[in-house]
Amino acid sequence: MTALLQLFDVARHYQVTSGVLGLATGVAKAVDGVSLAIAPGESLGLVGESGCGKSTLARCVLGLDPLAGGRIEFQGRNIADWPQKDLRRQMQMVFQDPYSSLNPRMRVGSIVAEPLEIHSIGSSAERKAKTLELLGLVGLSADMAARYPHQLSGGQRQRVAVARALALNPALVVCDEPVSALDVSVQAQVLLLLQDLRERLGLTYLFISHDLAVVGQVCDRIAVMYLGKIVESAPSGLLVNDPQHPYTRALLSAVPVPDPNRQRQRQHLTGELPSPLNPPTGCPFHPRCPQVMDRCAKEFPPRFDIAAAAGTPSEADRFTHCWLYAPKESPR
Amino acid sequence: MNQHDPSEPIRSGDPILDIRGLTTAFARQSGAASGAAVARAVDTVSLRVRQGETLAVVGESGCGKTVLALSVLGLIPDPPGRVIEGEALYRGRDLLSMSESELQDVRGNHIAMIFQEPMTSLNPVFRVGEQIAEGYRLHKKASRTEAAERAVEMLGLVGIPNPAARAKSYPHELSGGMRQRVMIAMALACDPDLIFADEPTTALDVTIQAQILDLMRTLQRKKGSGILLITHDLGVVAETAQQVAVMYAGQVVEQADVAGLFATPAHPYTQGLLASVPRLGVKRVLAPIPGMVPGIFDLPEGCRFRPRCAQAFARCEAAPPLFRLSAARSARCWLCEKDAEASA
Repeated sequence: MTALLQLFDVARHYQVTSGVLGLATGVAKAVDGVSLAIAPGESLGLVGESGCGKSTLARCVLGLDPLAGGRIEFQGRNIADWPQKDLRRQMQMVFQDPYSSLNPRMRVGSIVAEPLEIHSIGSSAERKAKTLELLGLVGLSADMAARYPHQLSGGQRQRVAVARALALNPALVVCDEPVSALDVSVQAQVLLLLQDLRERLGLTYLFISHDLAVVGQVCDRIAVMYLGKIVESAPSGLLVNDPQHPYTRALLSAVPVPDPNRQRQRQHLTGELPSPLNPPTGCPFHPRCPQVMDRCAKEFPPRFDIAAAAGTPSEADRFTHCWLYAPKESPR
Repeated sequence: MNQHDPSEPIRSGDPILDIRGLTTAFARQSGAASGAAVARAVDTVSLRVRQGETLAVVGESGCGKTVLALSVLGLIPDPPGRVIEGEALYRGRDLLSMSESELQDVRGNHIAMIFQEPMTSLNPVFRVGEQIAEGYRLHKKASRTEAAERAVEMLGLVGIPNPAARAKSYPHELSGGMRQRVMIAMALACDPDLIFADEPTTALDVTIQAQILDLMRTLQRKKGSGILLITHDLGVVAETAQQVAVMYAGQVVEQADVAGLFATPAHPYTQGLLASVPRLGVKRVLAPIPGMVPGIFDLPEGCRFRPRCAQAFARCEAAPPLFRLSAARSARCWLCEKDAEASA
């Protein structure tokens, strides 16, 4: 199986400056050694709390941020070697805030048609027809084409953003918190739309969200990020129902569940996310981890594959970065 | 007459706050293209908060839940808004007919508020300790030293490590979770027995949210305060509230105890909300409510939910009353008419 998108040890560092002289005072490692792969047609969810680096990772994938290390291959070719225009045609994005990602002075029709114009696709009449087709695809009526973004509701605006992203028939769509700004009933509408489009058009998603329930709903596989690193990755059902990494467990147990009869034991995380400017040594989660061991402060654990249990597919692609899952070194 | 009479208690108990028929109207901005001249952002809402109990007010943006809280607290900017009807009895005294000085004695002292956005509700140029101490000093006539000690004590109580040093921090030096704890410390410094919490954890990450919600529960148990919790998050409702009121387009459309609401939602809007929420670990087909929330200046005739309701029928062209279904429950839907209790 060839991956559509593959990340090898990707890093993105920011220089942090201070004072009027702008002297460099440190380096924030927003993304620090991430390796991941997304298969064609797959939907990979990336979850984590604010500041964990998930949006920065999305920007790296899209080629919007320079890498400090590692490489990203799209369709088997390093994205740095792709002509920018060709890459953008294959890779599109939907951002969180449909209020700021649409040009307020352009009509909806022009917004959706703009990618077609930039890439000189079709005649003017063909572009117009394609625009109406795209609006229909995302559930907007043709008369919306003449409106301005401020005349639309939040959900409608996000549909416009989706239509624009699909205009060039991209292979990969990066969705960064696409439903976080929407109300519950509208959020469900947009999630259904994204699911439906993926099935109909065979899209591949990199889907970023802080909401585990949303990611579980749309994604085949979930990767959990903590302070610039992936700590666990597994198929959605396994990750949510049988989490391995102590951070994933704590994260899941903190999610409020809309069921008042559910009794649960909450695993409390104490303290807060450390600063990426001054990350803890070894495993970045170790100062907050309830199962911390001596080793955790010394070195970041490598990838340990979790063997598939009997009866589950062996190609489960399930791994965690935690010393708890280190194979026993030698017989005692 | 089987309509719920707002003056009659839904459940026995000792209400700290008794909101009766509260209506807040807003004038349309001049220049708006269409719509009614005056809109009722909160329309004849009756709710009760009891001692030691959390009442959650749930709804989507624009349903009037925040305006409801601001109305009770006398914080609606006039113009354009005004409370035009109803009363809000706090321990029997009507907050809405109090003078500004009487209100100031109650607010922050007996009734506290926690708002959603701690960065905009804290003053950036004062140290957080001073901000917590200020209210305590004014309301409890405490000395500066006593108030400063109280501030440190409160910071410790809300789980901020090294509270004496943290009291000297400015808001920008704290993380979002810390700032929200400061807001809570400030709200609780005077030992209020009624707390309004407007989306207190919405801006926070889930692990911090869990800490804050637990903290609020613990403090509530200790002091027996009543909490009016405004939220859009049904998960938060299920985990913290005992009573729930669902609001839609300015009206309460369903009221129930938390177990009943989640087990057998009566109103189609409540049913739709519950079917719209993705559940952890359960991959199911989401059934979103079609359409969108109407603007308060463009409310549909009759039942306000009718244009989005899959179960709408001819009757819905007339506005349904809030039918009382049992001691703990009422719903504003004609479908509930047959189950409504005849109130003697």
